[in-house]
Amino acid sequence: MSQRIKFYQTGTLTVGNRLLDAKDRTVQATLDRGNSLTSGHRACQGCGEALGARYVVDAAMRWADNRVVAVNATGCLEVFSTPYPESSWQVPWIHSLFGNAPAVATGVRAALRAKGRTDVKVLAQGGDGGTVDIGFGCLSGMFERNDDVLYVCYDNEAYMNTGVQRSSRTPPAARTATTPPVGNSSGNVFGQGKNAALIAMAHNIPYVATASVADLHDLEEKVTKAMGIDGARYIHVHVPCPLGWGSPPHDTIRLARLAVETGLFALFEAEDGEVSDVTHIRRRLPVEEYLKPQRRFAHLFRPQTDADAIGQIQSIADRNIEKFGLIGRNG
Amino acid sequence: MQKPFAIALDVGTSLANLTGSWRTERPVYVDLLPPCNHACPAGENIQAWLYHAEEGDYESAWRKLMESNPLPAVHGRVCYRPCETACNRGQLDQTVSIHAIERFLGDEALKRGWTIEPGAPTGKHVLVIGAGPSGLSAAYHLRRLGHEVTVHDAGPLAGGMMRFGIPKYRLPRDILDGEIARIVGMGVTVKLDSPVTDIPEQMKKGGFDAAFVAVGAHLAKRTDIPAREAGKIVDAVSLLRGMETGAEPPKLGRRVVIYGGGNTALDAARTAKRLGASEALVVYRRTQEQMPAHDVELEEALDEGVILHWLRTIKQIDGTTFTVEKMKIDENGWPQPTGEYEELEADTLILALGQSVDTSFMKTIPGVEIADDGVIDVDETMMTGYRGLFAGGDMVPAERTVTVAVGHGKKAALNIDAYLRGEQRELPEKHPAADFERLNTWYYTDADKTVQPTLDLIRRRTTFDEIHGGLDETNALFEARRCLSCGNCFECDNCYGFCPDNAVIKLGPGRRFEFNYDFCKGCGLCAAECPCGAIVMEPETF
Repeated sequence: MSQRIKFYQTGTLTVGNRLLDAKDRTVQATLDRGNSLTSGHRACQGCGEALGARYVVDAAMRWADNRVVAVNATGCLEVFSTPYPESSWQVPWIHSLFGNAPAVATGVRAALRAKGRTDVKVLAQGGDGGTVDIGFGCLSGMFERNDDVLYVCYDNEAYMNTGVQRSSRTPPAARTATTPPVGNSSGNVFGQGKNAALIAMAHNIPYVATASVADLHDLEEKVTKAMGIDGARYIHVHVPCPLGWGSPPHDTIRLARLAVETGLFALFEAEDGEVSDVTHIRRRLPVEEYLKPQRRFAHLFRPQTDADAIGQIQSIADRNIEKFGLIGRNG
Repeated sequence: MQKPFAIALDVGTSLANLTGSWRTERPVYVDLLPPCNHACPAGENIQAWLYHAEEGDYESAWRKLMESNPLPAVHGRVCYRPCETACNRGQLDQTVSIHAIERFLGDEALKRGWTIEPGAPTGKHVLVIGAGPSGLSAAYHLRRLGHEVTVHDAGPLAGGMMRFGIPKYRLPRDILDGEIARIVGMGVTVKLDSPVTDIPEQMKKGGFDAAFVAVGAHLAKRTDIPAREAGKIVDAVSLLRGMETGAEPPKLGRRVVIYGGGNTALDAARTAKRLGASEALVVYRRTQEQMPAHDVELEEALDEGVILHWLRTIKQIDGTTFTVEKMKIDENGWPQPTGEYEELEADTLILALGQSVDTSFMKTIPGVEIADDGVIDVDETMMTGYRGLFAGGDMVPAERTVTVAVGHGKKAALNIDAYLRGEQRELPEKHPAADFERLNTWYYTDADKTVQPTLDLIRRRTTFDEIHGGLDETNALFEARRCLSCGNCFECDNCYGFCPDNAVIKLGPGRRFEFNYDFCKGCGLCAAECPCGAIVMEPETF
């Protein structure tokens, strides 16, 4: 991970800072950033996915000198960015079906190779529904063949654009349209979880990483690193959703940060199937700090506190911290 | 039209969709009043000069500072720094060492010979009486505004209490002389050893359009202590003054008792130590906590071996034997006698019981109101009851510090300027306070305060060398960059980077940002993630 520069007012924790060397600023801090996802899109106020997509595609475009083709799965990102006849994309962009984005990306890669355009990089992206549920077969195939594609999943933890239905990334105890906390049920079940990054690693592909919209420097560094690697690469980005999570739009970054600081969302990198680096927690917090501001977890606190469920969520966080070694030298 | 790579067809861009219409609240950039600025008696815009210092642009920082205070090298040393007491960073780790950076800038200016140009001549002439911090500050600001200034002082050297009240070990004289010389160099006429006894007459005779009087408070207060055989008694004001006028240093003896609990008492005690007294005992009638001396000064005095004897009053003197009565604090916080006595031995008693103002020479001026203690009444423009005569510094009701005096000088100068133009001074609207609660402190990294080098104790006890060293260029830069920039944008790019709708326009270095309200949906992420609280959300009214 990048060395945090303590010398400055804000170190490298802010997006930019006029005092930092240009190389220590983010792509997002530059005057001439691409704005690959431009204004006028119809994402909700404070949308984490719109932010995540711009961060990723801008960084990829910067690395590839704009020679990027983007393939999009069906989902919020596709719907809010391209209502006919408008598009918010300032990148060559293609959408086919909900579950076939990895396969389409493989095809785009093959076509470009056939045309001799090896200078062009292929980026595929989708939400957690299109990636971890519906597109997972295609994605696994893309990994197994080690196709030269960077696949990015923007994980907002449910099917938001169709009305907040549960996905395999929906966290335990969360309320969704299909997991209402009624009777004895406390929202979504405490299942086994489905960590797409770990499954990607099991394919031994060259590069896998998780990232968060709350840590832009870390995110851009991972995208840049992934762009420089040939073969199948996977980045899983945590993006809060004010609509589905029931949080105020201005809390998007704060919640993404809290997910990291509580240990519920671990930031790590893996090369060739092995974890190669983790981003340490800066100020560890109990999971309540993360759960409380979200209405999807409101039933854990009202009418009475569900200490059992909160305790189970805390143990998930604790296990992550233990497993990935998230407490370390303070960055 | 040049199409982007691989784009073959024209697509309608979403820029046609003005999402600004969704908004119910709009973000607005604000500049709030940082606590340091709010606390500064000299009216410095500390946050603004630190902004330049953060960039390593020390000259711009110094020029910004000089808009308020003409004596930064002096203040970096002797100001009691209310700015640091107020600093929000204190709630995070440690306050920013503002005084150390101010001193660095002041020293840098003296070293490099930076100067301030006087303003375009107005043809008006102002008489300033008293070449202390207040008078010099007024003279400086009046010169910047283009007025001619003549300063009269009764003493042999300019500087007032900065010279005759503050010992050298806190303020080396070359520094003081350098900053005074810079003010004089702006075309100020200084007449030393020239007391003014009749101000209206002097104004008429000299053709002055206005006058500012700031003669300070240097009459030592006395107390009656029954003495069978009085030993050596001196007052602190004369002692400190004597150190400057070149007289033979007084022989204080081995044991010295200082009576009083203010800064002057401690300065006298510390001076006594340096003059060879093996014991300097401060006798004060209330508790240590109630001492009017500032904490920094008290701490330094204790370090140097000054002994405190609080809750005591001196009842009787018999040669070198002092009878002191123990006191106790009643429920109203007042010291009450207990009837218990003890004896002290001392060769000299130094009285440091406070100072009063000698304004008897102003008694006959029509309209001037003088209180019982000699203090002059002024209105909110610092003008006395006599038109065109302004007053400031220790002789008007206020806390008596160098910094307050400099603030008075500036305020009076601005009001004199308005008066000379026949106008009322327009006060700029005060910005709301930049409270700690407005900050998003996640973004500030921990960074401990830079510690200034300090002279070792042996040399502090035996010489008048300056106690504290200054910062150098590297650690001054580090320290300046610890500023949180409370309530004022410092261009961290968070709003620009965190807007999901690209509705923040970056204008480039030093030019900050603008909102593009055509697309801003009013989510408030920019305001929530602004580290310094420089964005507020306001309800839309359409």
